[in-house]
Amino acid sequence: MALLENRTVLITGASRGIGRATALLLAGEGAQVVLLARSGELLKDLKSEIDATASAKAINFTADVKIQDDLKKVFEELNRQKIYLDVLVNNAGVMKDAVIQMVQQKLIDEIYETNVYGTIHASQLAVKSMLKKRGGSIINLTSIVGVNGNLGQSIYASSKSAVIGFTKSLSKELASLNIRVNAVAPGFIDTAMTKEIDQRFYEKNISSIGMKRIGLPEDVAKTILFLASDLSSYVTGQIIGVDGGMII
Amino acid sequence: MTNTEKLIAAFADALTIDAAMIKDSLAYQSIPEWDSISHMVLISRLEETFDVSIDTDDVIDMNSVAKAKEILKKYKVTF
Repeated sequence: MALLENRTVLITGASRGIGRATALLLAGEGAQVVLLARSGELLKDLKSEIDATASAKAINFTADVKIQDDLKKVFEELNRQKIYLDVLVNNAGVMKDAVIQMVQQKLIDEIYETNVYGTIHASQLAVKSMLKKRGGSIINLTSIVGVNGNLGQSIYASSKSAVIGFTKSLSKELASLNIRVNAVAPGFIDTAMTKEIDQRFYEKNISSIGMKRIGLPEDVAKTILFLASDLSSYVTGQIIGVDGGMII
Repeated sequence: MTNTEKLIAAFADALTIDAAMIKDSLAYQSIPEWDSISHMVLISRLEETFDVSIDTDDVIDMNSVAKAKEILKKYKVTF
């Protein structure tokens, strides 16, 4: 039997990178996937790909996690259809670098509204949904820099540290309700976000990885599958690094 | 089953207490069973029972059985 048969999983930032890889992997394991992203076009392609091969049809929503009303509308529609979540993957995120003297308020707002507020608001709504299923699993995407910090990333790294604090606290709140909360902390992963970085930093990053290769979105998706499934039924409040032994 | 009976059943199930304890005067955190965690379960049970979606402000305001009735009336549930 597939690992996520009869489970419903909502993935934010599903159209690209880690979100896309996660959607494909989890749908392949029998999950009904609910896909959220700002780009409706990319989601449409992903839905077609999933619907052609997976056992359950994907559901698409064009939504921006930093807009609370967008999230509310998604959950209202799911509730209307009596679709309740077993798993939430808070994957949507933005990464922008700037040394502290170059940080503008709009950069702080953009990063925090997506990475932190989006994660909190989606989790609030998901918990209500999961309580109707008498349990669930929330998986937050943090980052290796949320654990260790990084030059030029004080805002991004601190937003990801906030996700870690949120994960650990929420896991304590929800454990008795059979809702597990964990986070995945990817290292240097081959996504559109990391393609934007300077070539010198790219090479420096690769040399700092024990496994001497960039991570793939699928590497992260496999850990998300573990946390989404019953394979991790006694795991909560954990931050799992997926970084190939990267040192920063 | 009347809506009052449904309300009492939802409270008893969420708080795991005897239905006889559910009076209008029963207040949030007045008994160990009605703590912040069971309050989340209570909201979920009320939403399921009455097929409504309760806003966060109302979740916070729901500090007694009487207040729960008052709030549910806003969602067109009659008692």
